[in-house]
Amino acid sequence: MSQYFQKEIECASRNEIENLQNEKLVKQVQHVWDNVPYYRKKMEQKGVKPEDIRSTKDLYKLPFISKADLRESYPYGLLGAPLKDCVRIHSTSGTTGKRVVAFYTQEDLDLWSDCCARALAAAGTTPEDVVQISYGYGLFTGGMGLHGGSEKLGSLTVPTSSGNTERQIMFIQDLKATVLCCTPSYAAYLAETMKGMGLGPEDISLKAGILGAEAWTKEMRDDIEATLGIKAYDIYGLTELSGPGVAYDCSAQDGMHINEDHFIAEIIDPETGEVLPEGSEGELVFTSLDKKAFPLLRYRTRDICSLSTKPCSCGRTFMKMCKPRGRTDDMLIIRGVNVFPSQIETVLMNNGYPANYQLVVDRVNNSDTLDILVEMTPEMFTDNVGEVSRRQKDLVADLKSMLGIKANVKLVAPRTIPRSEGKAVRVIDKRKLLD
Amino acid sequence: MSVKQLSIFLENKPGTLQEMTQKLSDHQIDLRALSLAETEGFGICRIIVNDVYEAATVLKDEGYICRMIPVVVVPIPDEPGGLNRVLQMFKAASVNVEYMYAMLDAPEDHSATMIFKVDDVKAAEKALRAHDLIILTQDEIADM
Repeated sequence: MSQYFQKEIECASRNEIENLQNEKLVKQVQHVWDNVPYYRKKMEQKGVKPEDIRSTKDLYKLPFISKADLRESYPYGLLGAPLKDCVRIHSTSGTTGKRVVAFYTQEDLDLWSDCCARALAAAGTTPEDVVQISYGYGLFTGGMGLHGGSEKLGSLTVPTSSGNTERQIMFIQDLKATVLCCTPSYAAYLAETMKGMGLGPEDISLKAGILGAEAWTKEMRDDIEATLGIKAYDIYGLTELSGPGVAYDCSAQDGMHINEDHFIAEIIDPETGEVLPEGSEGELVFTSLDKKAFPLLRYRTRDICSLSTKPCSCGRTFMKMCKPRGRTDDMLIIRGVNVFPSQIETVLMNNGYPANYQLVVDRVNNSDTLDILVEMTPEMFTDNVGEVSRRQKDLVADLKSMLGIKANVKLVAPRTIPRSEGKAVRVIDKRKLLD
Repeated sequence: MSVKQLSIFLENKPGTLQEMTQKLSDHQIDLRALSLAETEGFGICRIIVNDVYEAATVLKDEGYICRMIPVVVVPIPDEPGGLNRVLQMFKAASVNVEYMYAMLDAPEDHSATMIFKVDDVKAAEKALRAHDLIILTQDEIADM
């Protein structure tokens, strides 16, 4: 049984959605031209004027905005509204260089809350539910984003933020929280901690998880669903566009519906920038149609995925994006081969190992090495050295066939790989220290 | 009446064995026998202790992964052919010895106590009993 927050637009005809996008795009391009000199200059350099953009078909004419542009224009260069109209900022976690700051007017925040409320409703959340927000609050968009959505939907909102795992579990138990919002790696950690305390799915009331802000695999989803006894729904977003809620899973759990009344999605070839047809895999690019304070046109997300407008069993007509296969900047190039951490996670989980792993990339004698640290589990351990070694060799062989390169697997003691309360640190690339 | 051995997963790096023996020492657990099997990356430490349930609880609480494995513990006369006779009994009963090691203390003089991990504990015990050999029990290990 699918639920909607704003059914009229979520289930509008493709024609209505496209007309709305055309109308909003023309206005938004004019808004940016008038208010963001940095982007206006980029348009002028490309010889494009606002009147050249009459519909989404003309989108390809507009220049891209990249992460580099955001850094170059830091902090106020891409501001699209007077400061007196801005009420909040959020900022990216800054894992790859300088922080990015994004601005919001009150209207921007309201529309963002709508997006998050739609995501919560699509996961079956109603005003009857108790929603625990275990994403970090603060500069990170996760906490306050879902918080806004949950309040707008009318659910009882528990703003625990991240961390203090035992207190999280106490609230889940005492308040009978039914919906959990956090990163997938933190959900897995909560499940593991609960197991250590002797608690299982039957001891809690959780029914759904809204899990996002980092890449995760289908195998990890299956694992979280089993250990917490919930349905795990993916949610997608970027601080640059607002935060979580740009796209979200529905009851079909097979691709995330993009809030197309607020965002236009394109897939491009990351090398040439050329727009690719529906269904092709490539870099995801978003144009924000309603953001006033931070109105990005054709923002390159660096996420690799594909799009589909095939009808969905949930009744929503919004286009779906597949779970991103990885970020172009998460991608490791090891001995000339492209490697995504998500590929490694899939192989680990298919072999019965936990999703808590760490990749250590190094360069020895001018050749790249990949070490994968995997924690031993009671289920995978036997008294037989030959058996444990054989499983290890099978894992190495499966990794080789998936990645095309050889990786060394190191079995480590339980709980030796650091847990994260926000985004997991999966990769340690020692080569960067050498360059 | 097999004896329970604890098999513990350890990383193969300096200090891991000592960290484990420290935990056992802190809880006054007495080691009766110990054997290490190692590969390049990890090792399996096998121990016989006075109180196997206490030791298993302590190790699990400390985050170690361990398993209880049934083994056959047999005192063997310390004389030429002593071990050979036991192995002959196993061979006749088609029992495969996966690994074996020795106890630190002997319960009586002029004997060595061997610990056998076999594929079929029941068959091994039956073969030994048929030849009137003594098989040590968990209680006897505790009282040593």
